[in-house]
Amino acid sequence: MWRNTDDGYGWVAVVLHWLVAVVVVGLFALGLWMVELTYYDPWYRRATDIHKGVGILLFLVMLARLGWQLANPRPAPESTHSRLERVTSAITHVLLYVLMFAVMTAGYLISSADGRAIDVFGLFTVPPTIAGLPGQADIAGDVHLALAIALIVLAGIHSLAALKHHFIDRDRTLSRMLGRRTPRPLRSNANSRRGA
Amino acid sequence: MKTMKIKMLPVAIWCLAVVSAIPAVATAAVERYVIDTEGGHAFVQFRIKHLAYSWLYGRFNDFSGTFTYDTEDTSNSKVEVTIDTASLDSNHAERDKHLRGKDFLDVDRYPQASFKSMAYKETGFNTSVLEGELTLKGITKPVRIEVQRIGNGPDPWGGYRRGFQGSTSFALKDFGIDYNLGPAAREVEMILSIEGVRQ
Repeated sequence: MWRNTDDGYGWVAVVLHWLVAVVVVGLFALGLWMVELTYYDPWYRRATDIHKGVGILLFLVMLARLGWQLANPRPAPESTHSRLERVTSAITHVLLYVLMFAVMTAGYLISSADGRAIDVFGLFTVPPTIAGLPGQADIAGDVHLALAIALIVLAGIHSLAALKHHFIDRDRTLSRMLGRRTPRPLRSNANSRRGA
Repeated sequence: MKTMKIKMLPVAIWCLAVVSAIPAVATAAVERYVIDTEGGHAFVQFRIKHLAYSWLYGRFNDFSGTFTYDTEDTSNSKVEVTIDTASLDSNHAERDKHLRGKDFLDVDRYPQASFKSMAYKETGFNTSVLEGELTLKGITKPVRIEVQRIGNGPDPWGGYRRGFQGSTSFALKDFGIDYNLGPAAREVEMILSIEGVRQ
């Protein structure tokens, strides 16, 4: 099943979720590392080229992911989730998307601040749109870092919540995002063991 | 009486001329100038070797300053310039961002650099040496600027202008910048092109 159903995620959504998760964490680490590199480091230029190229590709992936979400049914929240859990998870999901787009936009505004295009691995370039604002690169840089930290913190909370659902509540929240469709056997085992 | 009057007139005129000329002579010797940043006829530029292969040029877009020029005793001439360090422009936004940051100028902490002259000495027909103190990144050190007198005279709009070009070089490390740009890029050269409008 590659499409979502009312009950669970199709593999396209699952692959996109984990791809974005890995890339976001990777870009965050790469970004923190590359700004500390010294001028004569062989990675001084390569690391930033990769960071920018992957960032632009992530933007395209996120557009595709948004499009895919609109074209697919949204799996209903687990019936065991409380109202508070449903509301906070919905807010978190929206915020994660907003933050991702904001971080990518701010990053784009740093590199294109003086009207330069952004090269993506020599495959294509992204032209500048807004350039030459006073202090653009510096302000966009501060925003890029602050929002990236906020994004990683929120993603951390999002993962902790998923682990809490998996190991404490023992519901399907995490296994659904791993592509599993059937109810978790763990849950019934736990219940039967408890009942015995 | 009539002849007396006629004889006295030139004397009176001469006296009047002398009296009125005294302050004019006194002020004419020391001319006051404002550096023409408004019209963009002044440049604070720098250049530094990239690796060891080429010169990289940059400039500070925002600065202001004044100078005095003593036509009688040029050694009495003085100059003061204040530079907004955040206005650095090397024609590459990402590099400028790096240069404004902590590795280099740290402009959040040190938003201003300044130069104040201490001595001016003519060394040739149109060459001179300007000694003074440069404050950069909160560190004040003496620098010696080789000056070339470019020209002076009336402008087409009713003003009077005077211009110089100066250059000096110093080690970045002297002003607390020790980011390693390579052995050929330890020193930066400042090139100052200054035109003043007489006040």
